[in-house]
Amino acid sequence: MEPTQARVDLIEPAEIEAIVASHNRQPRALIAILQDIQGKYRYLPREALEQAAEMLRIPMTQVYGVATFYKAFHLKPRGRHTIKVCMGTACHVSGAPLLLERIAQELKVEPGGTTPDRKFSLEEVRCVGCCGLAPVVVVDEEFHGKLRHDRVRRLLRSYA
Amino acid sequence: MGAMTPIELERMREEARREARLGENGPRARIIVHMGTCGIASGAQKVLDGCAREIETGGIQGVVVSTSGCAGLCSREPMATVELPGRPPVKYAGLDAGKMRRILKEHVLAGRVVEELALGVGEERRGAQEAGPGEKLSGDNGYGGLPRLADLDFFKHQTLIALRNRGRIDPEKIRDYIREGGYRALARALTQMTPQEVISEVKRSGLRGRGGAGFTTGMKWELCRNSPGSEKFVVCNGDEGDPGAFMDRSLLEADPHAVLEGMVIGAYAIGASHGFFYIRDEYPLALKRVGTALEQARETGLLGADILGSGFSFDAEVIRGGGAFVCGEETALMASIEGLVGRPRQRPPYPVESGLWGKPTTINNVETWANVPPIIEHGGAWYASIGTEKSKGTKVFSLVGNVVNSGLLEVPMGIPLRRIVYEIGGGVREGRKLKAVQTGGPSGGCIPERLLDLPVDYERLTEVGAIMGSGGMIVIDDSVCIVNLAHYFLSFTQSESCGKCTPCRAGTWQMKRILERIMEGEGTARDLEKLAELAEAVKLGSLCGLGQTAPNPVLSTLRYFGDEYEAHVRHKRCPALVCKPMIRFRIEASLCNGCQVCARQCPVEAITGVKNEVHYLDSEKCTKCGFCTAVCQFDAVVKEPVAAGM
Repeated sequence: MEPTQARVDLIEPAEIEAIVASHNRQPRALIAILQDIQGKYRYLPREALEQAAEMLRIPMTQVYGVATFYKAFHLKPRGRHTIKVCMGTACHVSGAPLLLERIAQELKVEPGGTTPDRKFSLEEVRCVGCCGLAPVVVVDEEFHGKLRHDRVRRLLRSYA
Repeated sequence: MGAMTPIELERMREEARREARLGENGPRARIIVHMGTCGIASGAQKVLDGCAREIETGGIQGVVVSTSGCAGLCSREPMATVELPGRPPVKYAGLDAGKMRRILKEHVLAGRVVEELALGVGEERRGAQEAGPGEKLSGDNGYGGLPRLADLDFFKHQTLIALRNRGRIDPEKIRDYIREGGYRALARALTQMTPQEVISEVKRSGLRGRGGAGFTTGMKWELCRNSPGSEKFVVCNGDEGDPGAFMDRSLLEADPHAVLEGMVIGAYAIGASHGFFYIRDEYPLALKRVGTALEQARETGLLGADILGSGFSFDAEVIRGGGAFVCGEETALMASIEGLVGRPRQRPPYPVESGLWGKPTTINNVETWANVPPIIEHGGAWYASIGTEKSKGTKVFSLVGNVVNSGLLEVPMGIPLRRIVYEIGGGVREGRKLKAVQTGGPSGGCIPERLLDLPVDYERLTEVGAIMGSGGMIVIDDSVCIVNLAHYFLSFTQSESCGKCTPCRAGTWQMKRILERIMEGEGTARDLEKLAELAEAVKLGSLCGLGQTAPNPVLSTLRYFGDEYEAHVRHKRCPALVCKPMIRFRIEASLCNGCQVCARQCPVEAITGVKNEVHYLDSEKCTKCGFCTAVCQFDAVVKEPVAAGM
């Protein structure tokens, strides 16, 4: 975990407090709390996790365990846009590996990584359930179906 | 609002039906845009927005635009349905905003069907819900040359029970669900049946768990009911993780109340007071729509205290998953609901005895719950009349992969696999040859072409080394390398293994390593033996379903495609020309017209040549990424076998 100084400064203890309180400070809501925190910061800053652990009166190890077990959580700052390349079976047999390779090449970043300018984070994801449109790439919330690898550059350019 | 009673519910239904009627006092036309995730991904939002804007700017009166969930035929999205008074509905496919404007102008306003954009006419639903099996549409469709929707190959073999409201209702409006007969089964269960009678009816139906394992639902409920304890829970497992499967997503998005109604009926039968919908993090639309459904059910008095004046109280909440495949396993899922790391535990005790927080808990899959209301309404015997001896009713499948019509289908159990692939699916895409059909996701297996006449039911699929699974059905053509496919599934389970037990954690890793060696062209005959041995060990020794079934893709492909493994190992040859060390790329001079497209795509400048002249591919530089083959429109960049290491 190496959040940059600038990011750390952005964390408002009052915001974390409000999130935890909105779940009635229940430890069983830990996953939902982490989802809300990530919804705010796009990743889970260490300070936020420590504060949540304290407020829920559970050990930090438990919070860390949950935060690292589930794939939805990120411990490092993320890009402004998240590109998810679907690696479901239908996409796999319809050229998704080629597509992923192409995007990685265009962005010069490995799957799981973030571009140095923090514009894009690239992820391989399990089936997004749009198999009829394989291969599928999801940028933020937007789905791009039947995407051809020679359209990748144009797609990436369309994001500011 | 006042207390909801069964009589009030019927009154509401009548009212909703009146409101929906087109003609004299109502609207003169209705346009329904189908907005599942697939539809939206294909541009349904633009179709909807364009349509709404046109109506507004044109000052068009009396035309209602509404939305519904997935219409089933994903490969033809976006789709919309047009309804005019006294005429059968017309379904359009492959739309965009411009085409929708044309339909609005010609069909909606002038009454002339736009035939070249229309898919078919009439309802797709045959039989199941309203009049029991065998119902037929009236003969004349009133639209001359258009085929009836129910006669199209994609729809005609389908029987809709779980998907009964497909394309007919707005999933964000409880009144739409009630209009189509919703919550009638709940009213009947709560006011006319004892919990034991509900259980008997579900047992009579023969309904088995649609999540994959196929345990008898009525039996599960009975065990849970008979477990001692004053507090019990019900859970809807919507953590649909199998790649290639989207039945649950579609159902939750298109008809959340159908699932909820089933759950409330189940809760009444079991004696549970609280329920959880555990839904995958990757399904934002499903999460939203189930949340809305719960709110509306609460406001309408169909959830909460003293439901329909029966004295039975029940409420439910939505839990958003964290993105871990293993949480589809019921004990891991429960740990996740409790806010913990989702690791499975040993069974017994089973959840029906000791589930959430140690209390008796019934966990059923989305589709299982959705089947419950029709069973209560039409009776278990009716449901049991559909399907085969041991697999009753229907099953929803997502038919995807290298197939012409991909989409969501609901068919009677026992239907031959061949009919699904060739009639409903329209055969293999781009005229290629069928190699196999993969069912059951990473826990399932590959069924080869020669076994395609197999009737689809739990037992028969298991016999051939596949499983029913949750319903993903992936059509695979001859461009797919079977070793690569086995490796794909194994990599999946390997990375999703929670790491708790050694056979799964280490065994799948070793199996993956062996497959990689084979794909690299370095496999030996001994590797094949080891692979089979390890597969058996992982199967026997793993703690939960994930590990116990992880070797299935390897075992089934070894069983049916042994020659393809042999080709890799013995002859260092990949028959599908996929494994990179065993192929090389070359430009076929007689086909190349020098368009330069491939050269521009090549990331390593391995392709050279001037415009309009035959290009040259330098295999020393080539990294075999395949970008060139994918863009060449003249099939001039060819792949050919080469002995590995050369």
